[in-house]
Amino acid sequence: MTLNIIFVILYFIFAPLLGGLFAGLDRVVSARMQGRVGPPVFQPFYDVFKLLGKQNFTVNRFHSYYLVCYLLFAVLNGAQLYLACLFNADDILFVIFTLTLADIFLVMAAYSAGSPYSFIGAERELFQMLVAEPLLLITAFGFYMATKSFDVVKIYSADHMLFLSLPGIFIGFVFVLTIKFRKSPFDLATSHHAHQELVKGLTTEFSGPTLALFEIAHWFEVVMLLGIVFLFFASSPLLGLIITVLTYFATILIDNTYARFKLHLTFEVAWIATLILGGGNLMVLYFLKLVNG
Amino acid sequence: MAFFKKSPWIIHYDGSSCNGCDIEVLACLTPLYDVERFGVVNTGNPKHADIFLITGAVNSQNVDVIKNIYSQIPEPKAVIAIGICAVSGNIFRDCYNIIGGIDKVIPVDVYVPGCAARPEAIIDGVVQALGVLEKKYSDLKSGKLNENKQALV
Ligand code: SF4
Repeated sequence: MTLNIIFVILYFIFAPLLGGLFAGLDRVVSARMQGRVGPPVFQPFYDVFKLLGKQNFTVNRFHSYYLVCYLLFAVLNGAQLYLACLFNADDILFVIFTLTLADIFLVMAAYSAGSPYSFIGAERELFQMLVAEPLLLITAFGFYMATKSFDVVKIYSADHMLFLSLPGIFIGFVFVLTIKFRKSPFDLATSHHAHQELVKGLTTEFSGPTLALFEIAHWFEVVMLLGIVFLFFASSPLLGLIITVLTYFATILIDNTYARFKLHLTFEVAWIATLILGGGNLMVLYFLKLVNG
Repeated sequence: MAFFKKSPWIIHYDGSSCNGCDIEVLACLTPLYDVERFGVVNTGNPKHADIFLITGAVNSQNVDVIKNIYSQIPEPKAVIAIGICAVSGNIFRDCYNIIGGIDKVIPVDVYVPGCAARPEAIIDGVVQALGVLEKKYSDLKSGKLNENKQALV
Protein backbone atom coordinates (compact mmCIF):
# COMPACT_ATOMS: atom_id res chain seq x y z
CA MET A 1 0.00 0.00 0.00
CA THR A 2 2.67 2.52 1.03
CA LEU A 3 4.69 1.45 -1.98
CA ASN A 4 1.71 2.31 -4.17
CA ILE A 5 1.38 5.74 -2.59
CA ILE A 6 5.08 6.36 -3.20
CA PHE A 7 4.59 5.39 -6.84
CA VAL A 8 1.70 7.83 -7.19
CA ILE A 9 3.70 10.66 -5.60
CA LEU A 10 6.72 9.91 -7.78
CA TYR A 11 4.51 9.98 -10.86
CA PHE A 12 3.00 13.33 -9.95
CA ILE A 13 6.44 14.82 -9.31
CA PHE A 14 8.40 13.34 -12.17
CA ALA A 15 5.91 13.29 -15.04
CA PRO A 16 5.46 17.09 -15.27
CA LEU A 17 9.12 17.64 -14.37
CA LEU A 18 10.30 15.39 -17.19
CA GLY A 19 7.73 16.80 -19.60
CA GLY A 20 8.87 20.36 -18.87
CA LEU A 21 12.52 19.40 -19.16
CA PHE A 22 11.88 17.74 -22.50
CA ALA A 23 10.13 20.90 -23.69
CA GLY A 24 13.08 22.99 -22.46
CA LEU A 25 15.62 20.72 -24.15
CA ASP A 26 13.56 20.97 -27.31
CA ARG A 27 13.87 24.75 -27.27
CA VAL A 28 17.59 24.71 -26.53
CA VAL A 29 18.39 22.07 -29.16
CA SER A 30 16.20 23.84 -31.75
CA ALA A 31 18.01 27.12 -31.02
CA ARG A 32 21.40 25.44 -31.41
CA MET A 33 20.30 23.95 -34.72
CA GLN A 34 19.43 27.49 -35.86
CA GLY A 35 22.78 28.89 -34.74
CA ARG A 36 21.35 30.60 -31.65
CA VAL A 37 22.12 30.15 -27.96
CA GLY A 38 18.52 29.63 -26.91
CA PRO A 39 16.74 30.01 -23.57
CA PRO A 40 17.66 28.25 -20.31
CA VAL A 41 16.55 24.61 -20.05
CA PHE A 42 14.03 25.53 -17.36
CA GLN A 43 12.37 28.15 -19.56
CA PRO A 44 9.06 26.19 -19.93
CA PHE A 45 8.68 26.20 -16.13
CA TYR A 46 9.29 29.98 -15.98
CA ASP A 47 6.71 30.40 -18.73
CA VAL A 48 4.08 28.32 -16.94
CA PHE A 49 4.62 30.04 -13.59
CA LYS A 50 4.36 33.40 -15.31
CA LEU A 51 1.18 32.38 -17.10
CA LEU A 52 -0.35 31.31 -13.79
CA GLY A 53 0.20 34.87 -12.53
CA LYS A 54 -1.56 36.51 -15.47
CA GLN A 55 -5.13 37.63 -15.79
CA ASN A 56 -7.47 34.97 -17.14
CA PHE A 57 -9.61 35.96 -20.12
CA THR A 58 -12.23 33.30 -20.50
CA VAL A 59 -14.55 33.71 -23.41
CA ASN A 60 -17.38 31.73 -21.84
CA ARG A 61 -18.25 29.66 -18.78
CA PHE A 62 -17.12 26.32 -20.20
CA HIS A 63 -13.81 27.39 -21.60
CA SER A 64 -11.56 26.68 -18.62
CA TYR A 65 -13.76 23.78 -17.57
CA TYR A 66 -12.96 21.91 -20.79
CA LEU A 67 -9.28 22.58 -20.32
CA VAL A 68 -9.37 21.28 -16.76
CA CYS A 69 -10.93 18.10 -18.17
CA TYR A 70 -8.14 17.96 -20.76
CA LEU A 71 -5.55 18.16 -18.01
CA LEU A 72 -7.35 15.56 -15.85
CA PHE A 73 -7.56 13.04 -18.66
CA ALA A 74 -3.97 13.70 -19.73
CA VAL A 75 -2.87 13.01 -16.14
CA LEU A 76 -5.04 9.87 -15.97
CA ASN A 77 -3.64 8.83 -19.34
CA GLY A 78 -0.07 8.89 -18.10
CA ALA A 79 -1.13 7.20 -14.86
CA GLN A 80 -2.64 4.32 -16.82
CA LEU A 81 0.70 3.68 -18.43
CA TYR A 82 3.13 4.42 -15.60
CA LEU A 83 1.03 3.27 -12.64
CA ALA A 84 -0.29 0.23 -14.51
CA CYS A 85 0.76 -2.01 -11.61
CA LEU A 86 -1.81 -0.26 -9.39
CA PHE A 87 -4.73 -0.95 -11.68
CA ASN A 88 -5.98 -4.49 -11.97
CA ALA A 89 -5.02 -5.61 -15.48
CA ASP A 90 -4.70 -2.22 -17.12
CA ASP A 91 -5.35 -2.27 -20.80
CA ILE A 92 -3.12 -0.53 -23.38
CA LEU A 93 -6.29 0.06 -25.41
CA PHE A 94 -7.64 2.19 -22.54
CA VAL A 95 -4.45 4.23 -22.60
CA ILE A 96 -5.04 5.04 -26.26
CA PHE A 97 -8.73 5.78 -25.78
CA THR A 98 -8.02 8.10 -22.86
CA LEU A 99 -5.48 9.95 -24.99
CA THR A 100 -8.20 10.49 -27.58
CA LEU A 101 -10.71 11.59 -24.94
CA ALA A 102 -8.24 14.12 -23.51
CA ASP A 103 -7.69 15.55 -26.98
CA ILE A 104 -11.42 15.74 -27.56
CA PHE A 105 -11.76 18.00 -24.51
CA LEU A 106 -9.02 20.21 -25.92
CA VAL A 107 -10.89 20.43 -29.22
CA MET A 108 -14.11 21.29 -27.38
CA ALA A 109 -12.34 24.08 -25.52
CA ALA A 110 -11.13 25.50 -28.82
CA TYR A 111 -14.55 25.10 -30.44
CA SER A 112 -16.29 26.85 -27.55
CA ALA A 113 -14.51 30.12 -28.40
CA GLY A 114 -15.81 32.34 -31.14
CA SER A 115 -12.48 33.10 -32.76
CA PRO A 116 -12.18 31.80 -36.31
CA TYR A 117 -8.51 30.94 -35.69
CA SER A 118 -9.32 28.75 -32.76
CA PHE A 119 -12.24 27.25 -34.69
CA ILE A 120 -10.13 26.24 -37.69
CA GLY A 121 -7.42 25.06 -35.30
CA ALA A 122 -9.98 22.78 -33.62
CA GLU A 123 -11.07 21.40 -36.97
CA ARG A 124 -7.49 20.64 -37.91
CA GLU A 125 -6.82 19.03 -34.54
CA LEU A 126 -9.79 16.70 -35.12
CA PHE A 127 -8.33 15.91 -38.51
CA GLN A 128 -4.92 15.19 -37.00
CA MET A 129 -6.52 12.87 -34.47
CA LEU A 130 -8.27 11.04 -37.29
CA VAL A 131 -4.96 10.68 -39.10
CA ALA A 132 -3.03 9.44 -36.06
CA GLU A 133 -5.66 7.17 -34.51
CA PRO A 134 -5.39 4.06 -36.74
CA LEU A 135 -1.69 3.63 -36.09
CA LEU A 136 -2.14 4.08 -32.34
CA LEU A 137 -4.72 1.27 -32.41
CA ILE A 138 -2.48 -0.88 -34.60
CA THR A 139 0.28 -0.34 -32.02
CA ALA A 140 -2.00 -1.80 -29.35
CA PHE A 141 -2.89 -4.75 -31.61
CA GLY A 142 0.79 -5.26 -32.39
CA PHE A 143 1.58 -5.45 -28.66
CA TYR A 144 -1.21 -7.99 -28.36
CA MET A 145 0.11 -10.14 -31.24
CA ALA A 146 3.59 -10.07 -29.76
CA THR A 147 2.72 -10.74 -26.12
CA LYS A 148 -0.77 -12.31 -26.27
CA SER A 149 -2.00 -9.64 -23.88
CA PHE A 150 -3.26 -6.05 -23.81
CA ASP A 151 -2.14 -5.74 -20.18
CA VAL A 152 0.49 -3.00 -19.83
CA VAL A 153 2.34 -4.89 -17.08
CA LYS A 154 2.54 -8.04 -19.22
CA ILE A 155 3.74 -6.00 -22.21
CA TYR A 156 6.34 -4.33 -20.02
CA SER A 157 7.65 -7.64 -18.72
CA ALA A 158 7.65 -9.41 -22.10
CA ASP A 159 10.47 -11.95 -22.36
CA HIS A 160 11.78 -10.67 -25.70
CA MET A 161 12.36 -7.23 -27.14
CA LEU A 162 9.06 -6.19 -28.76
CA PHE A 163 10.85 -3.99 -31.28
CA LEU A 164 12.22 -7.13 -32.95
CA SER A 165 8.74 -8.38 -33.80
CA LEU A 166 7.22 -4.91 -34.37
CA PRO A 167 9.84 -2.89 -36.30
CA GLY A 168 7.31 -1.55 -38.83
CA ILE A 169 4.87 -0.51 -36.15
CA PHE A 170 7.67 1.18 -34.22
CA ILE A 171 8.69 3.32 -37.20
CA GLY A 172 5.03 4.10 -37.86
CA PHE A 173 4.57 5.07 -34.22
CA VAL A 174 7.52 7.47 -34.35
CA PHE A 175 5.90 8.95 -37.45
CA VAL A 176 2.63 9.45 -35.61
CA LEU A 177 4.54 10.89 -32.66
CA THR A 178 5.36 14.03 -34.67
CA ILE A 179 1.64 14.42 -35.37
CA LYS A 180 0.75 13.98 -31.70
CA PHE A 181 3.48 16.39 -30.58
CA ARG A 182 2.07 18.93 -33.08
CA LYS A 183 5.54 19.46 -34.47
CA SER A 184 6.48 20.52 -37.98
CA PRO A 185 5.67 19.18 -40.64
CA PHE A 186 2.42 18.40 -38.81
CA ASP A 187 1.97 21.59 -36.78
CA LEU A 188 -1.34 22.29 -38.49
CA ALA A 189 -3.60 22.85 -35.51
CA THR A 190 -1.20 24.95 -33.48
CA SER A 191 2.52 25.46 -33.56
CA HIS A 192 5.30 25.79 -31.02
CA HIS A 193 6.75 28.64 -33.00
CA ALA A 194 5.46 32.13 -33.16
CA HIS A 195 3.98 32.87 -36.50
CA GLN A 196 1.77 30.75 -38.61
CA GLU A 197 -1.22 31.52 -40.74
CA LEU A 198 -3.64 30.63 -37.93
CA VAL A 199 -1.88 32.86 -35.35
CA LYS A 200 -1.78 30.16 -32.66
CA GLY A 201 -4.62 28.05 -34.00
CA LEU A 202 -6.09 25.85 -31.32
CA THR A 203 -4.62 27.87 -28.45
CA THR A 204 -5.41 31.35 -29.78
CA GLU A 205 -8.15 31.96 -27.21
CA PHE A 206 -6.34 30.52 -24.20
CA SER A 207 -4.72 33.14 -22.04
CA GLY A 208 -2.87 33.20 -18.74
CA PRO A 209 -3.73 30.28 -16.41
CA THR A 210 -5.75 28.48 -19.09
CA LEU A 211 -2.73 28.41 -21.38
CA ALA A 212 -0.65 27.15 -18.44
CA LEU A 213 -3.11 24.23 -18.03
CA PHE A 214 -2.69 23.45 -21.72
CA GLU A 215 1.11 23.45 -21.41
CA ILE A 216 1.11 21.19 -18.35
CA ALA A 217 -1.34 18.76 -19.96
CA HIS A 218 0.86 18.65 -23.03
CA TRP A 219 3.86 17.73 -20.85
CA PHE A 220 1.92 14.80 -19.46
CA GLU A 221 0.97 13.74 -22.98
CA VAL A 222 4.57 13.89 -24.20
CA VAL A 223 5.77 11.82 -21.26
CA MET A 224 3.00 9.27 -21.86
CA LEU A 225 3.77 8.91 -25.57
CA LEU A 226 7.51 8.57 -24.92
CA GLY A 227 6.56 5.85 -22.41
CA ILE A 228 5.00 3.86 -25.25
CA VAL A 229 8.23 4.27 -27.24
CA PHE A 230 10.03 2.82 -24.22
CA LEU A 231 7.63 -0.17 -24.12
CA PHE A 232 9.04 -1.37 -27.45
CA PHE A 233 12.44 -1.82 -25.77
CA ALA A 234 11.30 -2.60 -22.23
CA SER A 235 13.26 -5.84 -22.02
CA SER A 236 16.54 -3.91 -21.90
CA PRO A 237 15.76 -0.66 -20.03
CA LEU A 238 19.04 1.11 -20.73
CA LEU A 239 18.70 0.68 -24.50
CA GLY A 240 15.05 1.69 -24.11
CA LEU A 241 15.99 4.98 -22.44
CA ILE A 242 18.61 5.75 -25.08
CA ILE A 243 16.20 5.02 -27.93
CA THR A 244 13.47 7.12 -26.27
CA VAL A 245 15.78 10.12 -26.03
CA LEU A 246 17.01 9.56 -29.60
CA THR A 247 13.40 9.39 -30.82
CA TYR A 248 12.68 12.73 -29.18
CA PHE A 249 15.81 14.17 -30.77
CA ALA A 250 14.65 12.85 -34.15
CA THR A 251 11.31 14.65 -33.81
CA ILE A 252 13.18 17.89 -33.03
CA LEU A 253 15.41 17.37 -36.06
CA ILE A 254 12.39 16.78 -38.29
CA ASP A 255 10.69 19.81 -36.72
CA ASN A 256 13.61 22.01 -37.76
CA THR A 257 14.13 20.65 -41.25
CA TYR A 258 10.64 20.35 -42.70
CA ALA A 259 8.12 22.91 -43.85
CA ARG A 260 4.49 22.41 -42.88
CA PHE A 261 2.54 19.81 -44.87
CA LYS A 262 -0.87 20.53 -46.33
CA LEU A 263 -3.84 18.70 -44.82
CA HIS A 264 -4.22 16.30 -47.73
CA LEU A 265 -0.54 15.49 -47.85
CA THR A 266 -0.61 14.83 -44.09
CA PHE A 267 -3.55 12.52 -44.56
CA GLU A 268 -2.04 10.61 -47.47
CA VAL A 269 1.44 10.26 -46.02
CA ALA A 270 0.21 9.21 -42.60
CA TRP A 271 -2.36 6.69 -43.77
CA ILE A 272 0.00 5.18 -46.36
CA ALA A 273 2.61 4.82 -43.60
CA THR A 274 -0.03 3.28 -41.35
CA LEU A 275 -1.12 0.84 -44.02
CA ILE A 276 2.35 -0.26 -45.13
CA LEU A 277 4.29 -0.11 -41.87
CA GLY A 278 1.50 -0.91 -39.41
CA GLY A 279 -0.70 -3.17 -41.50
CA GLY A 280 2.29 -4.88 -43.13
CA ASN A 281 3.84 -5.61 -39.76
CA LEU A 282 0.58 -7.08 -38.43
CA MET A 283 0.24 -9.27 -41.53
CA VAL A 284 3.77 -10.62 -41.24
CA LEU A 285 3.15 -11.45 -37.59
CA TYR A 286 -0.06 -13.21 -38.55
CA PHE A 287 1.61 -15.34 -41.25
CA LEU A 288 4.48 -16.23 -38.92
CA LYS A 289 1.91 -17.37 -36.40
CA LEU A 290 0.22 -19.52 -39.06
CA VAL A 291 3.53 -21.04 -40.15
CA ASN A 292 4.70 -21.72 -36.62
CA GLY A 293 1.29 -23.11 -35.74
CA MET B 1 7.30 36.56 -8.34
CA ALA B 2 10.33 36.89 -10.52
CA PHE B 3 8.80 34.97 -13.38
CA PHE B 4 7.68 38.00 -15.37
CA LYS B 5 11.34 38.91 -15.61
CA LYS B 6 12.18 35.50 -17.01
CA SER B 7 9.57 35.05 -19.68
CA PRO B 8 8.36 38.23 -21.37
CA TRP B 9 6.26 37.36 -24.40
CA ILE B 10 5.97 40.02 -27.02
CA ILE B 11 3.48 41.08 -29.65
CA HIS B 12 4.76 43.41 -32.30
CA TYR B 13 2.52 45.76 -34.26
CA ASP B 14 3.60 47.99 -37.11
CA GLY B 15 1.65 51.26 -36.94
CA SER B 16 2.69 53.36 -39.91
CA SER B 17 6.41 52.93 -39.78
CA CYS B 18 8.77 53.03 -42.73
CA ASN B 19 9.66 49.39 -41.83
CA GLY B 20 13.08 50.47 -40.60
CA CYS B 21 12.19 49.89 -36.97
CA ASP B 22 10.36 46.63 -37.79
CA ILE B 23 13.50 45.23 -39.36
CA GLU B 24 15.39 46.15 -36.21
CA VAL B 25 12.77 44.46 -34.01
CA LEU B 26 13.06 41.30 -36.08
CA ALA B 27 16.86 41.59 -35.98
CA CYS B 28 16.59 41.05 -32.21
CA LEU B 29 15.34 37.51 -32.90
CA THR B 30 18.20 36.58 -35.22
CA PRO B 31 21.24 34.56 -34.08
CA LEU B 32 23.28 37.75 -33.57
CA TYR B 33 21.08 39.20 -30.81
CA ASP B 34 18.91 36.13 -29.99
CA VAL B 35 16.53 37.58 -27.42
CA GLU B 36 15.15 34.10 -26.74
CA ARG B 37 18.19 33.82 -24.44
CA PHE B 38 16.15 35.93 -22.01
CA GLY B 39 12.98 33.91 -22.57
CA VAL B 40 11.53 36.46 -24.98
CA VAL B 41 9.05 34.93 -27.42
CA ASN B 42 7.51 36.80 -30.32
CA THR B 43 3.95 35.50 -30.05
CA GLY B 44 1.81 37.22 -32.66
CA ASN B 45 -1.21 36.65 -30.42
CA PRO B 46 -2.29 39.41 -28.01
CA LYS B 47 -3.90 36.94 -25.60
CA HIS B 48 -0.53 35.29 -24.97
CA ALA B 49 1.52 38.47 -24.82
CA ASP B 50 2.91 40.52 -21.93
CA ILE B 51 4.62 43.32 -23.82
CA PHE B 52 3.17 45.30 -26.70
CA LEU B 53 5.87 46.62 -29.07
CA ILE B 54 4.68 49.31 -31.46
CA THR B 55 6.70 50.83 -34.25
CA GLY B 56 5.51 53.82 -36.26
CA ALA B 57 2.97 56.51 -35.51
CA VAL B 58 -0.77 56.08 -35.06
CA ASN B 59 -2.90 57.01 -38.03
CA SER B 60 -6.65 57.33 -38.32
CA GLN B 61 -6.91 53.90 -39.94
CA ASN B 62 -5.14 51.84 -37.31
CA VAL B 63 -6.18 53.62 -34.12
CA ASP B 64 -8.93 51.04 -33.48
CA VAL B 65 -6.58 48.17 -34.23
CA ILE B 66 -4.09 49.41 -31.65
CA LYS B 67 -6.80 49.84 -29.01
CA ASN B 68 -8.17 46.41 -29.85
CA ILE B 69 -4.83 44.65 -29.49
CA TYR B 70 -4.10 46.56 -26.29
CA SER B 71 -7.38 45.57 -24.69
CA GLN B 72 -6.87 41.90 -25.58
CA ILE B 73 -3.58 41.60 -23.70
CA PRO B 74 -4.19 40.20 -20.21
CA GLU B 75 -2.89 42.20 -17.21
CA PRO B 76 -0.15 42.78 -16.23
CA LYS B 77 1.06 44.24 -19.50
CA ALA B 78 3.48 46.87 -20.71
CA VAL B 79 3.63 48.98 -23.86
CA ILE B 80 6.86 49.98 -25.58
CA ALA B 81 6.96 52.65 -28.29
CA ILE B 82 9.89 51.83 -30.59
CA GLY B 83 11.48 54.47 -32.77
CA ILE B 84 10.89 58.20 -32.76
CA CYS B 85 7.80 57.75 -34.98
CA ALA B 86 6.05 55.80 -32.24
CA VAL B 87 7.27 58.23 -29.61
CA SER B 88 6.13 61.47 -31.22
CA GLY B 89 5.24 61.07 -34.89
CA ASN B 90 8.66 62.09 -36.22
CA ILE B 91 8.73 63.63 -39.69
CA PHE B 92 5.26 62.25 -40.37
CA ARG B 93 3.63 64.19 -37.54
CA ASP B 94 2.16 66.86 -39.83
CA CYS B 95 0.64 64.41 -42.30
CA TYR B 96 -3.12 64.73 -42.67
CA ASN B 97 -3.79 61.17 -41.46
CA ILE B 98 -1.30 60.96 -38.59
CA ILE B 99 -2.67 61.29 -35.08
CA GLY B 100 0.75 61.33 -33.41
CA GLY B 101 2.76 59.18 -31.02
CA ILE B 102 1.34 55.98 -29.51
CA ASP B 103 0.67 57.71 -26.20
CA LYS B 104 -2.11 59.68 -27.89
CA VAL B 105 -4.27 56.52 -27.80
CA ILE B 106 -2.95 54.07 -25.23
CA PRO B 107 -0.72 54.51 -22.16
CA VAL B 108 2.94 53.91 -23.03
CA ASP B 109 5.34 52.62 -20.37
CA VAL B 110 8.70 52.73 -22.14
CA TYR B 111 9.89 55.02 -24.93
CA VAL B 112 12.75 53.81 -27.13
CA PRO B 113 13.86 56.71 -29.36
CA GLY B 114 16.06 56.40 -32.42
CA CYS B 115 15.55 56.39 -36.16
CA ALA B 116 15.76 53.49 -36.54
CA ALA B 117 16.01 52.29 -32.93
CA ARG B 118 18.99 49.97 -32.67
CA PRO B 119 18.48 46.37 -31.56
CA GLU B 120 20.54 47.03 -28.41
CA ALA B 121 18.22 49.93 -27.55
CA ILE B 122 15.15 47.76 -28.19
CA ILE B 123 16.47 45.01 -25.92
CA ASP B 124 17.21 47.64 -23.29
CA GLY B 125 13.63 48.89 -23.64
CA VAL B 126 12.30 45.39 -23.09
CA VAL B 127 14.44 45.05 -19.97
CA GLN B 128 12.98 48.30 -18.63
CA ALA B 129 9.49 47.03 -19.41
CA LEU B 130 10.17 43.98 -17.24
CA GLY B 131 10.40 46.29 -14.24
CA VAL B 132 7.05 47.79 -15.23
CA LEU B 133 5.51 44.32 -15.48
CA GLU B 134 6.75 43.39 -12.01
CA LYS B 135 5.37 46.60 -10.56
CA LYS B 136 2.00 46.12 -12.23
CA TYR B 137 1.86 42.57 -10.95
CA SER B 138 2.40 43.68 -7.36
CA ASP B 139 -0.15 46.49 -7.87
CA LEU B 140 -2.64 43.92 -9.14
CA LYS B 141 -2.05 41.75 -6.07
CA SER B 142 -2.46 44.66 -3.68
CA GLY B 143 -5.57 45.88 -5.50
CA LYS B 144 -4.13 49.20 -6.65
CA LEU B 145 -4.67 48.24 -10.27
CA ASN B 146 -7.95 46.78 -11.46
CA GLU B 147 -7.97 43.88 -13.85
CA ASN B 148 -9.05 44.73 -17.35
CA LYS B 149 -9.80 48.36 -16.65
CA GLN B 150 -9.62 49.36 -20.28
CA ALA B 151 -12.79 50.87 -21.68
CA LEU B 152 -11.08 51.70 -24.92
CA VAL B 153 -12.91 49.91 -27.67
S1 SF4 C 1 11.67 55.95 -36.40
FE1 SF4 C 1 12.74 56.14 -38.37
S2 SF4 C 1 13.23 54.01 -38.91
FE2 SF4 C 1 11.68 53.94 -37.32
S3 SF4 C 1 9.74 53.83 -38.38
FE3 SF4 C 1 10.12 56.00 -38.00
S4 SF4 C 1 11.14 56.75 -39.82
FE4 SF4 C 1 11.26 54.50 -39.87
